[in-house]
Amino acid sequence: MTADGAGAAGAGGLGARYPRNEDARLLTGQALFLDDLALPGMLHAALLRSPHAHARIRSVDASRARALAGVVAVVTAEDLGAYWRPGPLLVPPPPVAGALFHERTQVPLAKGKVRHVGEPIALVVASSRYLAEDALAEIEVEFEVLDAAVDLEGALAAGAPLVHDDLDSNLAAHVVQARGDWAVARAAAHRVIARRLHYDRGTAAALENRGVAAEWDARAGRLTVWDTTQAPIPIRNGLAAMLGLSEHQVRVAAPFIGGGFGPKIMMFYPEEVLIPWAARALGRPVKWTSDRAEDFVSTTQERGQIHDAELAVDREGRILGLADRFLHDTGAYDPYGLTIPLNSQANALGLYRVPAYRSEFRAVFTNKPIVTPYRGAGRQHGTFVIERLLDLAARELGLDPVEIRRRNLLAPEDFPVRQGIVYQDFTELTYDSGDYAPLVERACELIGYQRFLAEEQPRRRAAGRASGIGLVTYVEGTGIGPFEGARVQVQTSGKVTVATGVGTQGQGHFTAFAQVAASALGVSPRDVDVVTGDTDQFHWGSGTFASRGAVVAGNAVHAAACAVAEKALALAASALGVAAAEVELAAGTARVRAEPARAIALGELARRANPLRGAVVPGTEPGLEATRYFGPERGATAAGVHALILDVDLESCAVTIERLVVVHDCGRVINPTLVEGQIHGGVAQGIGNAFYEQLVFDDAGQLLNGSFMDFLLPTALDVPRMEVDHRETPSPLNPLGTKGAGEAGAIPVGALFAQALENALARPGLEIRDIPLSPSRLWELLRADAGAT
Amino acid sequence: MSAAAPFDPRAAAGSQPLRCTVNGAAVERAVEPRLLLSDFLRHDLGLTGTHVGCEHGVCGACTVLVDGEAVRSCLLLAVQADGLAIETVESLAPGSAELHPLQEAFRAHHALQCGFCTPGILMTMVAFLAEHSAPTEAEVRLALAGNLCRCTGYQNIVDAVLAAARSRRER
Repeated sequence: MTADGAGAAGAGGLGARYPRNEDARLLTGQALFLDDLALPGMLHAALLRSPHAHARIRSVDASRARALAGVVAVVTAEDLGAYWRPGPLLVPPPPVAGALFHERTQVPLAKGKVRHVGEPIALVVASSRYLAEDALAEIEVEFEVLDAAVDLEGALAAGAPLVHDDLDSNLAAHVVQARGDWAVARAAAHRVIARRLHYDRGTAAALENRGVAAEWDARAGRLTVWDTTQAPIPIRNGLAAMLGLSEHQVRVAAPFIGGGFGPKIMMFYPEEVLIPWAARALGRPVKWTSDRAEDFVSTTQERGQIHDAELAVDREGRILGLADRFLHDTGAYDPYGLTIPLNSQANALGLYRVPAYRSEFRAVFTNKPIVTPYRGAGRQHGTFVIERLLDLAARELGLDPVEIRRRNLLAPEDFPVRQGIVYQDFTELTYDSGDYAPLVERACELIGYQRFLAEEQPRRRAAGRASGIGLVTYVEGTGIGPFEGARVQVQTSGKVTVATGVGTQGQGHFTAFAQVAASALGVSPRDVDVVTGDTDQFHWGSGTFASRGAVVAGNAVHAAACAVAEKALALAASALGVAAAEVELAAGTARVRAEPARAIALGELARRANPLRGAVVPGTEPGLEATRYFGPERGATAAGVHALILDVDLESCAVTIERLVVVHDCGRVINPTLVEGQIHGGVAQGIGNAFYEQLVFDDAGQLLNGSFMDFLLPTALDVPRMEVDHRETPSPLNPLGTKGAGEAGAIPVGALFAQALENALARPGLEIRDIPLSPSRLWELLRADAGAT
Repeated sequence: MSAAAPFDPRAAAGSQPLRCTVNGAAVERAVEPRLLLSDFLRHDLGLTGTHVGCEHGVCGACTVLVDGEAVRSCLLLAVQADGLAIETVESLAPGSAELHPLQEAFRAHHALQCGFCTPGILMTMVAFLAEHSAPTEAEVRLALAGNLCRCTGYQNIVDAVLAAARSRRER
C-alpha cells in the first residue's frame, strides 16, 4: 500500500464490503446510549410543556410542585435571570440580493407567551423521573388562549394571529432567485404546465428520543455534557459562551445515538441549554430523556410547503423554463435560517437543462413546532415539483415519462454545471460531476420498464389489477463545507486511533473512517479505533448533516492518515537504511518493497517516534501522529434514479410495492454495504413520507396524531426488498472522490409514488398533487375523479 | 388535584416485593407498584441493553423474553413479573468475545445501523426462531412487523434472520 491511500479493497480498504467495527457492542447491548447513563447522585428532569399552540402566560405557580417530596428544583423563565436568552441563529440568511429574513429563535423556557404546543414552560428536577413527572401535574399555569396561525396560507392572510407580536405579519423570509428570462421562455412555450403542489409535514421519529445529561465537577471546574446531538462541537462552544466558561472547561460527548436524520442537529434545543445549567446550579448530575409524546411536539419537524409552479416546454417536451412560487412553513421560530427552502429551490432544477428559472419563496411563521432539516431537507419538495411537472407535461404531449426525461437530461459535457443560483452553502449551486443518462437506462433495464408497459401491464389490466410503474430522478447536493478535521495516531501496540469531531448516528463511521485510515496505513480496519463526537478527543468541526460525514470528515481522515504514512515511511527508511520510495506500508509493517522480509512493525516505529532519550531530528514532530483538515470549495452533487412497480387495491386503496430499484451515483464508494444501507433506510423513510406519515394539526394547532398508534411508520410489511445498483462518477472536489449518500434514498419517493399511482390508476383526470398520501386520501381522489366523469 | 380524582399513583406508592429470575440469576427487590418492567430492568438492574422507544407498546425496542415469550417490557409493570423468568439481550452472547448466532448473522448482513431497535428485534426473533425452524421471508416479515426500525428498511434484518435459521438447520 502506498501513502496515497490507494489500498487494495480486498484487505478491507476503500471500496470493500467490510463488516462494521461497531456492531458487536450494539448487538450485545453494551453500547452506551444517552439514557443508559447512571451517575452517582444523579437527578432526573422533566419539562412542563404548553398544551396550547398560542397563548399568553398570565402566571406560573410552582409552589405546590416545589413542596413535593423528592423535588429538588422547579425552574421557570424568570428563575433563569440573565441566562435566559433566545438561541443562536445556526445559519444566517443567504447572500441573495433583496433577501428578507426575520430572525426569531427559540427560547429556553417560554416567557410571556407560548407559540406552539410542546414549548417548554418549566423544568422540574427531582430524585426520579417518576417524581419529576408527578410534580409537573402540580404546576399551575394561567393561560389566555389566543387564536393560532396554523394553516400556511392563512397565516399570511391579513388579520391572521401574529406568532411574533413585534412583526407586522407572519412573514419570516422572502427570497427570489432567477436566471435566464422566464417571461421569454413562457412566451415561447408550446405548453405551460401550471399546478399547485402540496408537501406536508412529518417527523423524523428516530427510534431513540432526544436526551441530555450533565455533570459539573466543581473541583476540576469542568462541565461534562452528554447529548444526543449530531453536532457536539458547536454545542460545546455555545455552552461555554453561555455559561461563561472557557471552552476547555466544557466537554460535550455524543454517545451512540439511536438515529438522527437531521432534527438532532438543532442547536440549541431548550433542554440543551437548561440541563447543563441545572447541573451546575444544583451541583449534581442531571439527566433528561424525552418520551415519545414529548418528541412529537418538541423535536423539530419538516416538509410543509405549498408550490405554485409552471413548466414551459417546447413541442418536443424540452424544458424552456421553470417558475416556482412557494410558501415554506418554518414553524414558531426559524433558528436554522433558510437551508430548507434553498434546498427546495436548488432541487427543482433536477438533472435537467433548465434554461430559464425563477423561484420565489416566502417562509412563514406558524404556531406549530419548529421546522429544521429532516433527511432530504427541502430537496423532496424541489424534486416533487420538477418531476411532477415533467410527468404532466409528458401526459399533455403524449410522451412516455422516461422519454421526456431523456430529452432533458444534462449531458456529460455540461459539467461542471453552474446553475446561477445560491445554494445552502452560499456558493453558486454547481454540479461538480455526473453522468445521468446511464443511470436512467440502467434503472429501466433493471426494472424491465419497456417490458412491463408493453406486456405485463396489459395482462394485469385484463385481469382487473391496477398495477403501475414509475421512474423518477433526483440530485442530492452533499458534502458541503466548511470543514472537518481528524487526528490519526499509530500507538506503540500498532493499533491506530482516529479521532474526528462529527457525531455518529448509525452511519457506520467506526468502520468507514477505519477503512480510509487502514488503506493509507496498510493495516486492517479491525485495528483502527475510531472516536467520534467527543470534544475532549477532537474539538474542531461542525457536525454530521447534509450528507457530509464521509465526504468532509472522510477526506480529513484520509489526509491525516496519509501524513502519518509519510512519517512512518521516512522513519522506516532511515531504520532500514533504504530510500523512502523503496518502503511500503503493509500488514501492519513498513517493509522494503523488493524484500518484504526486511520489515519493521508500525508499533515499533511509533515507539521510536516518541523517544525517551536523545533528540528528535530538528523540524520533525514526535509520534506517528498527524492532524489534518479538509474543507471542500463547495458541495459535491450525487444523483440517482428510482423505479417502482406497485399495485393498488381499488377496494381498500392499500398499495403493495412489488419492486423498487435504485440506481445511485455517490462518487467513489468507501463501503458499498454501508451505502446500500443508507439507501435502504432512506427509501423506507421516503415510503413513510409518501404514503403513511403526515402530522395532522387542527385549527387550534393541536397535533391530532402524536403517537405511533396514529402516526404510522412503515413496517417490514410495507417496505419492499430493494434492488440497489451503484455507478461511480468520482467527485473532483476531494481526494477520495466521494459524494454523500445519506439523504438520497428519501428524496424522490413522493414523486415516484405519484407517477406510479397515476400510471396504475390510468384515469386521465386523476392527478396526484399532494404528499403524503394515504389509502384514505387515494380513495378521496378516486371518488372525486369518479364524480367528475 | 381535586378530591374527586379517581386515582393518584402516588397514593399507591410504597414498595411491593418482587422476586423473579433475570438472565438466569435470582432477583429480589422491593419496587414501586407503578414501576415499568422496562425501567426496572434498565435503571434498577442496570441492564440498559433493553431500549425504550415509545413507551406505548408500538415500536418493540423494549422487547424481552418473559418465560420464553417475546413481551414488551414497557407495557408490563415490574411487579407483574413476580415469579417469572426474564431474559434480555444481555443474555444472548455466550461470552464476551463470542456472539449468539443470530447476532453474528445481524453483523454479517449489516442488519443494524444505529442499533437502537436491535436488542428488541433480536429478542423478538429469538422467540420466533424457537418456534419456526424454516421460516419463509413472508413469515419473517410478519413476525418482524411489530418492531419498528427507522434506519435499515428491514431488508437486511430479514436476510439475517433467514440466514440464521438456515445455518441452525445445517448445524
